[in-house]
Amino acid sequence: MPNINEIATYAKESADKLGIKKFDIFGSTVDETSVQVDKGEPKQVKASNRSGVTVRVWNEENTVGVTSTTDVDPKGLELALKTAYEASFFGVKENVPDFSPEATIAIAHPPHGQHKPQSPVPQLLESLIGAEKQLLEAHPAIKDVPYNGLSQRDISRFYLNSDDALRTESHSYASVYLYSKTSEEGKKPRSAGAYRVSYGLTDLDINGCIQETAEKTISHLNYEKVKSGKYTVVFSAEAFLSLLGAFSNLFNAQSILDKQSLSTPEDIGKQIASPLLSLCDDALHPSNVGAETFDGEGTPTRRVSLIENGVLTGFLHSAGTAKRMNAQPTGNASIGAKVSVSPNFYHVYAGESAEKELSLETAENVIFIDDLQALHAGVKALQGSFSLPFDGWIVNKGVKTSIESATVAGDFLQLLKSIVYVEKEPELTPGGVCPRIWVEELSITGD
Amino acid sequence: MLTSTLLISKQLPTLQYTSTSERFDETWEAPLATLLGLGRAAGADFVEFFLERVNYISCLAEEDAITSISPRLSTGAGVRVFRGKADCYVSTNDLSFFGLKAALEGSLAIMGLQLPAPNAFIPEINLELLRDYGTKRGKDAWLPECSSMREMGEVLLAGTSALQQKAKHVQSRRATYFRDWQEVLIAASDGTFARDIRLTQSVGFNLLCADGANRSSIGERAGNTSDPNFLREWNYQDAAEQISESAGKMLYADYVESGTYPIIMANHFGGVIFHEACGHLLETTQIERNTSPFADKKGEKIAHEAVTAWDEGRSDNAFGTVDMDDEGMPTQRTLLIENGVLKNFIADRAGSWRTGHPRTGSGRRQNFTFAAASRMRNTYIAPGEYTNEDLFASIEKGIYCKKMGGGSVGATGQFNFGVDEAYLIENGKITKPLKGAILIGEATEILNKISMCSQDISLAPGFCGSISGSIYTTVGQPHIKVDSITVGGR
Repeated sequence: MPNINEIATYAKESADKLGIKKFDIFGSTVDETSVQVDKGEPKQVKASNRSGVTVRVWNEENTVGVTSTTDVDPKGLELALKTAYEASFFGVKENVPDFSPEATIAIAHPPHGQHKPQSPVPQLLESLIGAEKQLLEAHPAIKDVPYNGLSQRDISRFYLNSDDALRTESHSYASVYLYSKTSEEGKKPRSAGAYRVSYGLTDLDINGCIQETAEKTISHLNYEKVKSGKYTVVFSAEAFLSLLGAFSNLFNAQSILDKQSLSTPEDIGKQIASPLLSLCDDALHPSNVGAETFDGEGTPTRRVSLIENGVLTGFLHSAGTAKRMNAQPTGNASIGAKVSVSPNFYHVYAGESAEKELSLETAENVIFIDDLQALHAGVKALQGSFSLPFDGWIVNKGVKTSIESATVAGDFLQLLKSIVYVEKEPELTPGGVCPRIWVEELSITGD
Repeated sequence: MLTSTLLISKQLPTLQYTSTSERFDETWEAPLATLLGLGRAAGADFVEFFLERVNYISCLAEEDAITSISPRLSTGAGVRVFRGKADCYVSTNDLSFFGLKAALEGSLAIMGLQLPAPNAFIPEINLELLRDYGTKRGKDAWLPECSSMREMGEVLLAGTSALQQKAKHVQSRRATYFRDWQEVLIAASDGTFARDIRLTQSVGFNLLCADGANRSSIGERAGNTSDPNFLREWNYQDAAEQISESAGKMLYADYVESGTYPIIMANHFGGVIFHEACGHLLETTQIERNTSPFADKKGEKIAHEAVTAWDEGRSDNAFGTVDMDDEGMPTQRTLLIENGVLKNFIADRAGSWRTGHPRTGSGRRQNFTFAAASRMRNTYIAPGEYTNEDLFASIEKGIYCKKMGGGSVGATGQFNFGVDEAYLIENGKITKPLKGAILIGEATEILNKISMCSQDISLAPGFCGSISGSIYTTVGQPHIKVDSITVGGR
């Protein structure tokens, strides 16, 4: 398997051979190992070492073609370049993508990601079998851990173009997830899970994952139906970020230009949320284990303010959208025949101070949503509406009772304006950092 | 006297094979037989190689321009090694003999096994004569017969133009198409040696309409396997007409009032209810994990007697059709439920070993980076004895779910799915459009509430995500009545 530098060399040589003058390439290699266990025994171990590149080629008419391939030997790369050249004659004639103006500037922030050596598989299995055992021993009702996994991954990425841009970086991470299920006579099965990520197995908080999974699962043992109606809802960090992610077209410049967004270019400066809320996309946040210093176009990543005290302050850009909207690229692009834009790592925090602090210890009859489900089915991202099943509790002065089965529904833009409190303590999730968010008057369907 | 022709381990570096990653044919028999023997000699109970070559292309038209043509070329292989009921899966892009040997060695090492010593004999596995489904039904000619890039662009632009003519209050219109051509070769230490070619295509529209604060967004796709002419024969005029009508009706729809209702689910993609509420729970993957309430219910009544359901490998050119599964087994027509009684589960090889249920040709995977798992193919509720008029006439107040969105099922058997196009039923008649509905329930309860099945069965393409990645499937049913279900809304 060729390494990154060899792949880059092959690609350049193939382009020269084919007479292709303008091209760029983004690629990566991934070396991954993961394990699953079942009742104290290894169930499945997976390992892969794979590479992939996406090449863009500009033809004599300055239109662009793209091809992706996993065949990263000289022959495969040559075929990919040829195919991209063929596709280039069907490329867009207006707003033709170009190299990022920032693909060759120095990266101001050195990567904080770490590269830790992978642990041997027996150690992964031993750790996960131990975690499963502890979870099964946490409560007599916990009978299974049907979904579990411990994985470690080394990732190397590169971007190069025919104007001599060349960036490479690599990092590693390890992650664990545990999802336990209960079984009690006369009761419905209940379940809950947790996830942790770190740079390597040695600093992975497996015990924290066990504890969180156990506590959540046990807290769902006694459940009841909740009456349908309007409630104050408290979103966990994970729940709020998953909803924010589902409506990320709000901040996506490409979606805005395509009229596939709830925002318009003119919305910058408008109050779109409660003044209590601020939001950034921050690829380089110190808590972002998977931090990347450049995007698919070679643009350095950065912290981008999106909402400040409820006011929309920015969008996420590729080089192309930035040019069209007279802005700066933000390091959020992925190359393709159509360059796409996506968030890197959300950081949600309190904006203006709230008039009064709210707490689950004192609040009465509020719904605490831990996890939203079926976002692919229940979110209408272009209409702004959502109707979603959730796992959670009804909380009365600190006493939590699990909700048997219910949905939450609303309009996302209205939800942003209905935020009544942003807690202080942030929680780390795979998609970002966020405290609990309190929203009033949301529709809950239960009994 | 017989002369041994067995390989000796130390001869491996000298072997020269003619197999190449550009075609999967009989030339692969020798290297794969050697590698499988090597794995068995190391102590593995079972070894399987899965080789894959993909030629994929997608095309996007937005308004009146082609904005993306994206080809993707991919080759890769996975080796799966079993020791007892535990298994290890290693994937690689390197299809050379030594690349595959390295993957095998890696998977053996993970399972605590080592390659044989230099002087050890390697018992080559006797593979069956190549069972080549790739030469059936003209498959070898499929790829060159498919639409060219130019034709893709022309058809999609004609489609978006038709949308512009037929829809009102258009904010954006898109047409998308993809063609996924896949060649696979499977060899296993039980002698399996099989090749297949698959051709999957899908084309559809996404339409966003807006009028002041009112918005509606509707998507609709058609899908096909096995027909290179699929795109050029796509009736984009009819498709544009239908989606424009739906978007127009939903633009001014009221939000559904939450509650418990009787519902009628339309045919076609309405079949997602069975896919989510029951189909996944009949996969041996779920039985292994003890996440199916139906695990011990074979032979018992789990659904209303109006319900008979199938999962079949070949339903003409339907989206989930495959001649053989990704473990080299010919696909079967599997009766899941007959008049409410659970008859069979959906099993792959490992699932069969671990649960005891017979294999059904249902081992499927997204690509070479995944081990196969038990997955649905073309799954549908069979037609019943009623007419649609009978169904509507039986409801005083309820909801007609004409077009379903996606859904999911959890580890406890709770399922959910969104409704993209719904209408209020009052006194047996459709009265007004509704939006924002999501249906939730328990699998064990809902199946007994499907009390009436109409006769107008229709199948629809779907994308199913699960343990072995995203695969192409078909859902389907006639119009059905569900006596009561929780509808989440405002």
